Amino acid sequence: MLWQALTLQLGYNATLVAVGSTLLGIAAGVTGTFLFLRKRALVSDAISHATLPGVGLAFILMVWLGGDGRNLAGLLAGSALSAWIGLLSVQWLTRRTRLAEDAAIGAVLSTFFGFGVVLLTVIQTMRAGQQAGLGQLLLGSTAGMLFADAVLIAAGGAACLALTLILRRPMTLVAFDPEFAQASGLNTRRIDLATMGLVLAVTVVGLKIVGLILIVALLIIPPVTARFWTDRTGFVVAFAGLTGGVAGFVGAAISASASSLPTGPIIVLVSFALFAVSLLLAPGHGVLAAVLKHNRFQKRVHLRQGLLALAQGHPIYERYTLRLLQKRGWALADGMPTEAGKGQAAKALRDESRWEMLRGIAMHEAAAARYDGLTRIEAVLTADQIADLDERIGGPRPVTP
Amino acid sequence: MSPLELVTDPETQAAERASSPLAVRGLTVSYGQSPAVFSVDMTVVPGAMTAIIGPNGAGKSTLLKAALGIVTPLAGQVSVFGRPLSEMRDKIAYVPQRASVDWDFPTRVIDVVLMGLYRQVGLLGRLRGGHMDRAMACLERAGMSEFSGRQIGQLSGGQQQRVFLARALAQGAELYLLDEPFAGVDAATEKAIIAVLKTLREEGKTVVAVHHDLSTVPEYFDHVFLINTRKIAEGTVAEAFTAETLNAAYGGRLATGQIDQLVLAG
Repeated sequence: MLWQALTLQLGYNATLVAVGSTLLGIAAGVTGTFLFLRKRALVSDAISHATLPGVGLAFILMVWLGGDGRNLAGLLAGSALSAWIGLLSVQWLTRRTRLAEDAAIGAVLSTFFGFGVVLLTVIQTMRAGQQAGLGQLLLGSTAGMLFADAVLIAAGGAACLALTLILRRPMTLVAFDPEFAQASGLNTRRIDLATMGLVLAVTVVGLKIVGLILIVALLIIPPVTARFWTDRTGFVVAFAGLTGGVAGFVGAAISASASSLPTGPIIVLVSFALFAVSLLLAPGHGVLAAVLKHNRFQKRVHLRQGLLALAQGHPIYERYTLRLLQKRGWALADGMPTEAGKGQAAKALRDESRWEMLRGIAMHEAAAARYDGLTRIEAVLTADQIADLDERIGGPRPVTP
Repeated sequence: MSPLELVTDPETQAAERASSPLAVRGLTVSYGQSPAVFSVDMTVVPGAMTAIIGPNGAGKSTLLKAALGIVTPLAGQVSVFGRPLSEMRDKIAYVPQRASVDWDFPTRVIDVVLMGLYRQVGLLGRLRGGHMDRAMACLERAGMSEFSGRQIGQLSGGQQQRVFLARALAQGAELYLLDEPFAGVDAATEKAIIAVLKTLREEGKTVVAVHHDLSTVPEYFDHVFLINTRKIAEGTVAEAFTAETLNAAYGGRLATGQIDQLVLAG
């Protein structure tokens, strides 16, 4: 069943949903990255909750005008408008009053959401509203997705993606160094509004599939996941799009393979799974890598300290150090060096004094920065440079063992 | 003639302002109700190195930021080479305080320098080999070319400052504005930065730096702008960096012996 879903063999509706979710995932991941880099991830929460009153008002307006209140394009237009008002309220509160952004987000989010819930309740009592199913926009629902809906989502997602890629340079610059951006003539406030506007557009486009409560997850989890794998902005953007897209596709497939699994929440759980794997296993920034790196580093430090102590005839107090030295056959149980240990100790001492000298020479700054306690100086300097160092150290030349 | 200011006739003043790389008139900036900078006039001398000095909280950085439009002034005019600021952005390079950005940001040294070429490359333009070469040359000038591929978080404070300097160099400007470029950097970096700034001056560029270490003012700079919310003095080091002006700016914060030492050093 799952395999069929993954290869798009579960029929028309499932295929529509899978394609739509994938595009939404990519657009949300890429757009959300700039929000994440700007450190304003939570603004997306205010935006998404502020869509609700717009949905209700649009429905009422469309029914009042004699149309079908459930027209998706109409509902999305209404939600975009009220989300925009919510966003401007957050901006205004943050800039013009003493409220910090987090407090402004909390105030706007709850007020708009509360108003939206009131409107939905009122709609429930209207004759036209009984089968409106507007509550589905809270958590998303793909059961009755129409082809027109899928086209709307795909086109909207693609447009957001294209605009984000066009604006990537100014948005990156403003996220990294707003003062410099302003000084070089960029209007940071306008760029910020553009970033938020794109997030808003993705949110609105995603209402049908993931719903307004969970869209935040699709905007934030992919960039956070991507950050574990790379230190470059462009790669974070690309990776976030990739994880978002994979989560959208796999999530849609899983939910299509069983009758009772909701699409939006499953997509969010899949992206969380990708996040969890990255958190633990990513090389460099992952938890496991960090633990391993720390242990390796600790071992190096202990070995080095132990050897230096041996070289200078100091006693070794730490048992871990002694155990490491013993394991290599460099010291005996009582802390006395073996013949091999004496040789290693002399080498370590000479290496250390060369590094010491290196640090004082401005020309070798980059090389000196690679000091970590065990990298031998031969790894960063040529033989001539080392000879030059020894020249500067002076005194009797250490005997090469 | 006022002892603190060399008064020239209005016509000469106007002519100086028109040719000045950065001229500020009646600039007032306020955070809340009390002004951080009050009614300041400044006329930067072309082709020279000017230090903006004054006690903590005197409005030095604010003056610079307001001159660049980073903070919006309550009142005042700014002109760059006699033209409005907005037309002259290309002529200005800016080095913000190092602490103003997040160094954990996912970007490499070379990418930061390339940000200085942003205006040239444009919104959609592709980064070409030429841009890359230019960025590398700027890193080289700042003594940081070996670090081009590093993540910026792995740099020391002094190295970070030199990356910022390289980015400003990439902007290829006529006027360089630096906010506390020597704050919290090692001696080697300070030397490297001052050497670069001096070559800029030799090339005829203008350098203005917010500076906090009074002892190096006579050695590094040729002009001084002393501020303590209001302008205290402006002129060459010999004219404006005197016991009298320092007393006026710092009040009781500097001991008499200290002042004599500073002024004699110049």
